[in-house]
Amino acid sequence: MVLTLKPQGLYCPAGDFFIDPWRPVDRALITHAHSDHARPGHKRYLATPLTKAVMRHRLGDLTCQTINYATKQKIGDATVSYHPAGHVPGSAQIRVEVGGEVWVVSGDYKTTDDGLSTPFEPVRCHGFITECTFGLPIFRWTPEDQLRADITAWWQRCAAEGKIAILGAYALGKAQRLMAGLNPDLGPILTHGAVEATNQVLREHGITLPDTCVVTKDTDRKAYPGALVIAPPAALGSAWARKFGPRAEAFASGWMALRGVRRRRALSTGFIVSDHADWPGLLEAIQATGAEKVLATHGYTATFSKYLDTLGYDAGILETEFTGEDADPEADPEKIAS
Amino acid sequence: MRDFADLFTALDSTTSTKAKTEALAGYLSAAASADRLWCVALLSGRRPKRTVTATRLREWAAERAGLPLWLFEESYSVVGDLAETIGLVLPPASKYDDRPLSDWIKTIQALQTQDDTTKKPAILTAWDTLDGSERFVFNKLLTGGFRVGVSQKLMTRALALATAQDEAALAHRLMGGWTPDTTTWEALIEAPDPQADLSRPYPFQLAYGLEHPPQELGPPQDWLVEHKWDGIRAQLIRRGGQMFIWSRGEELMTDRFPDLAPVLDHVPDGTVIDGELLAWDFAADQPLPFAALQKRIGRKTVPKTVLRDAPVVLRAYDVLEFEGADLRENTLRHRRKHLNFINTLPSDIPLRLSRGLEGTWEDHAATRAAARDAQAEGLMIKRLDAPYVGGRHKGDWWKWKLDPLTVDAVMIYAQAGHGRRANLYTDYTFACWKGNELVPFTKAYSGLTDAEFRDITKWVRKNTLERFGPVRRVPPELVFEIAFEGIQASSRHKSGLALRFPRMARWRRDKPAAEANTHADLLEMLDQYG
Repeated sequence: MVLTLKPQGLYCPAGDFFIDPWRPVDRALITHAHSDHARPGHKRYLATPLTKAVMRHRLGDLTCQTINYATKQKIGDATVSYHPAGHVPGSAQIRVEVGGEVWVVSGDYKTTDDGLSTPFEPVRCHGFITECTFGLPIFRWTPEDQLRADITAWWQRCAAEGKIAILGAYALGKAQRLMAGLNPDLGPILTHGAVEATNQVLREHGITLPDTCVVTKDTDRKAYPGALVIAPPAALGSAWARKFGPRAEAFASGWMALRGVRRRRALSTGFIVSDHADWPGLLEAIQATGAEKVLATHGYTATFSKYLDTLGYDAGILETEFTGEDADPEADPEKIAS
Repeated sequence: MRDFADLFTALDSTTSTKAKTEALAGYLSAAASADRLWCVALLSGRRPKRTVTATRLREWAAERAGLPLWLFEESYSVVGDLAETIGLVLPPASKYDDRPLSDWIKTIQALQTQDDTTKKPAILTAWDTLDGSERFVFNKLLTGGFRVGVSQKLMTRALALATAQDEAALAHRLMGGWTPDTTTWEALIEAPDPQADLSRPYPFQLAYGLEHPPQELGPPQDWLVEHKWDGIRAQLIRRGGQMFIWSRGEELMTDRFPDLAPVLDHVPDGTVIDGELLAWDFAADQPLPFAALQKRIGRKTVPKTVLRDAPVVLRAYDVLEFEGADLRENTLRHRRKHLNFINTLPSDIPLRLSRGLEGTWEDHAATRAAARDAQAEGLMIKRLDAPYVGGRHKGDWWKWKLDPLTVDAVMIYAQAGHGRRANLYTDYTFACWKGNELVPFTKAYSGLTDAEFRDITKWVRKNTLERFGPVRRVPPELVFEIAFEGIQASSRHKSGLALRFPRMARWRRDKPAAEANTHADLLEMLDQYG
C-alpha cells in the first residue's frame, strides 16, 4: 500500500508521513491552506511557499519546509512532488511514488483557470484520490467571463439603486479570485478584515490584486457610495453588514446552483461559482490522470464512485474529515472572527 | 416567456411582500391579455394538468443528458424537484425562441391528448429551445406542479394595483371554477357579472394561533368558543337549486361527497355555510377518528364501502349568505342565529351545528385539555361582534390548539435532505425499545435548528455503520423528543402504529438512549388516543 487510512488521516508507510491529517502528527504534507486541510499542531509541515505563508498567518509559527511545484523530494522510501491543483493560490495535488507505484492526492481542485491560481495540471498515476464535493451531474459552473459580467451587472444595479453591494466569498481564494475579475474603475472595492489579511499575504508573494480598502471599526461606512464589499460568507446578514445601511447581499457558491439552497438563504442574489471542480471538470480530470483506481473523498462519494465504476474505473470511497464547500455561510470552514 | 420567467425569478428570490407585489403588478400591467390571464390562473392554482408522466420525463431527460437512470434519480433526490433536476442535467440550449407564455401553454395543452411518440420530440425540442429559468418554468407547467410563493391575497393586491380595482371585489371574482380556457381577461377582470357563477364561494376567514392566555382577550361572553374540529374546512353553497362544496384550497369537491346531497332539500336557496367536513358515527352522533376521514381525502370517486364506513357530515359554524343576502358585514352573533334551523333537521340529514361552549376561561381550558376525547384538535375562539373577513386577519379568530403528544425516541437511520437541505442529514428514522430490540416507528425531518442539523450531520458522517444508498445506519445514541398530533393503528408499519404530523420537538442531549420510550408506552397511547 502506497497510502493507507489511519485515525490521524491519510498515511504513507514508506515515507512515514501524513497528507492533510486531521489530528496532530510528526510529519504533515499539506495540499493547501484551507482550515479543513491545514490544521495546527503538527511537528513538521511540508507545503508550497504560498501555502506556508498563509498557514503562518493563520496558524502562527510552525516548522514548515517549502517545496515548489514539480520538484521531486525523497522522504524515506517514497518520492513526493507537488503539482498545481487550481483550487486556490498555492494549492497542490501531492504525487507519491513508492516502488514504481504512483498515487496522487488531489486535495481540493478545479479544472478551470480562475485567472489567479496556477491552473490545474493532470498528473499521470495508478491511483487517484479525488474530492467530489460537487460530484453530481446537476453541477455545471457558469463560464468565468459570464460570471464576471453577471457580478459586474449586479454591482452596477446596486450602485444605481443607491445600495452597497456585499458579496460573500471564502476569505482565501474565492474572495481574491472574484475581486481580480472586477473593474476597479466602477467604484471602490472594500474588504472585510479576514479577506484583506489574505490579500496582504498574497500581495507579498507577488500576486496582483486590485486596490482594496479594508473596513475597520473606524471606517465611515457611509463614505463609499457605489462600493462593492467582499466579506466572508458568515458576515452576510450580520450586524457588521447592517452598518453599511441600504445594501444588497449576494453569496458566491457552487451551492447557488440549487434553487432550494438559494431559497434557504433568502438572498436576492446567488452567483454559481466554486473553487471545486464541477461535474464535467471532475470526469475530465480523472480521465486525464490515466488512473485505474480512484478513491472519492468528501462530497457525494457513494454516487460518484458508483458512477466511476460503471465507466470502468476501480472506484471506492475514502472516509475523511474534509468538509469541502458548505452551502451554509454560518458553517463556513473558513469562518474567522471579525 | 422570458418576461414571465423573469417574474418567476423575482418572486422566487425575495421574501419581501412589497417587492413581490411590485414585481407582479408590473407584469400584470404590461403583459398581453392572454399572458396575464394565465399568470393569474397559475398563481391561483389553476395549472394545466400533468401532460407527461414523471417516469417518461425522467427517462427522456436522462437519455438526452447521457446519464444512467439511477444517477438521474440520485440527482433528483438531492435537488428534490423533478423540473429543476431536468433543467440542471440537460446540456445548454442550442437555439433560443421567445414565445409568449400563453403560446407555450397552448403547446403543452395540445400535447395532453397525444401519445408518447408525439410528445417526446416536441418536449426534446422545447428543452433545446429554453434555458435556465424558462426551462424550469416550462417543466413545471409540463408536470402540472407550477407553484410560487405568492398568496392569493398578495396576488389580489397586485392585481388591484395593476387594474385600479377594489381588492375585495377582485378576490370574489377570482374564486370559482373558471380557467383561461373558459373565460377571457376582459370577462373575468374588466366586465364581470357577479351573478355569472352560481357556485362561487367567498374567501375563507382564517385564524391565528393563540399566543397569550385567553384571559387577555377579555370577558368570555364576548367570544364564541367552540371545538376546533379535526376535518376538512369547507363551504357549502346552495344557489339556483344546486349545491356546491368547496375546500379551503378552492377545490370544488361536490362530487367527492355525494353523501351530502340530501342537504339540498333542507337549506333555503341562496345560502352559504362555512364549516368542517367530518367522518361521522351516526349511531353515536359523534365524529369518527380522523383516520376514517383520511380514507376519503384525495379520492376522486368514492366506493360504496367507504361511503358506508366513513359517511360525512358538515359541521356548520358560520353562515355567509342566507336567503340570498350577503351576511358578511353582519356580526358573528347575528349570523349564527341563521344557523339555528339545523337543530330542527332530522338526524339522518348530514348537517350538524358546531355548538358554542359556555363558561369561564378556566372551564374552557378544561374543555381544551379534554378535546382529544371529543375528536377535536383544541378550541376555536371567535369574536361575537366581528364581521366575516376573508383571509388571515389578526384579532377576531383564534385557534387554541392542544399541546402535541410526545415521546422520546432513538435515531437509528439518517438520510440527507433534499432541496434547501441537500448537504445536511435531516431526515431521520426513530425507534423505541421492545425489550433489548429497537423497533422503528416513525420518521421526522423538521423541528431542529440549522445549527443542530449541522452538528448532527457531522456526527452522522463520523459514525456511519452501514450505507444503504442515501441512507446511513448510525449507532443508537442520539435521543429526540418527537411531537405528534395523533396516533393510529397501522398494519403497514412494523411497529403496528402510525403517527400524525411527527416532528422533532427537541434534541435530548441530556438523555441516554436506554431511557427512551418503549413500544409498550406507544401502545398505551394508541389505546388512549387512537
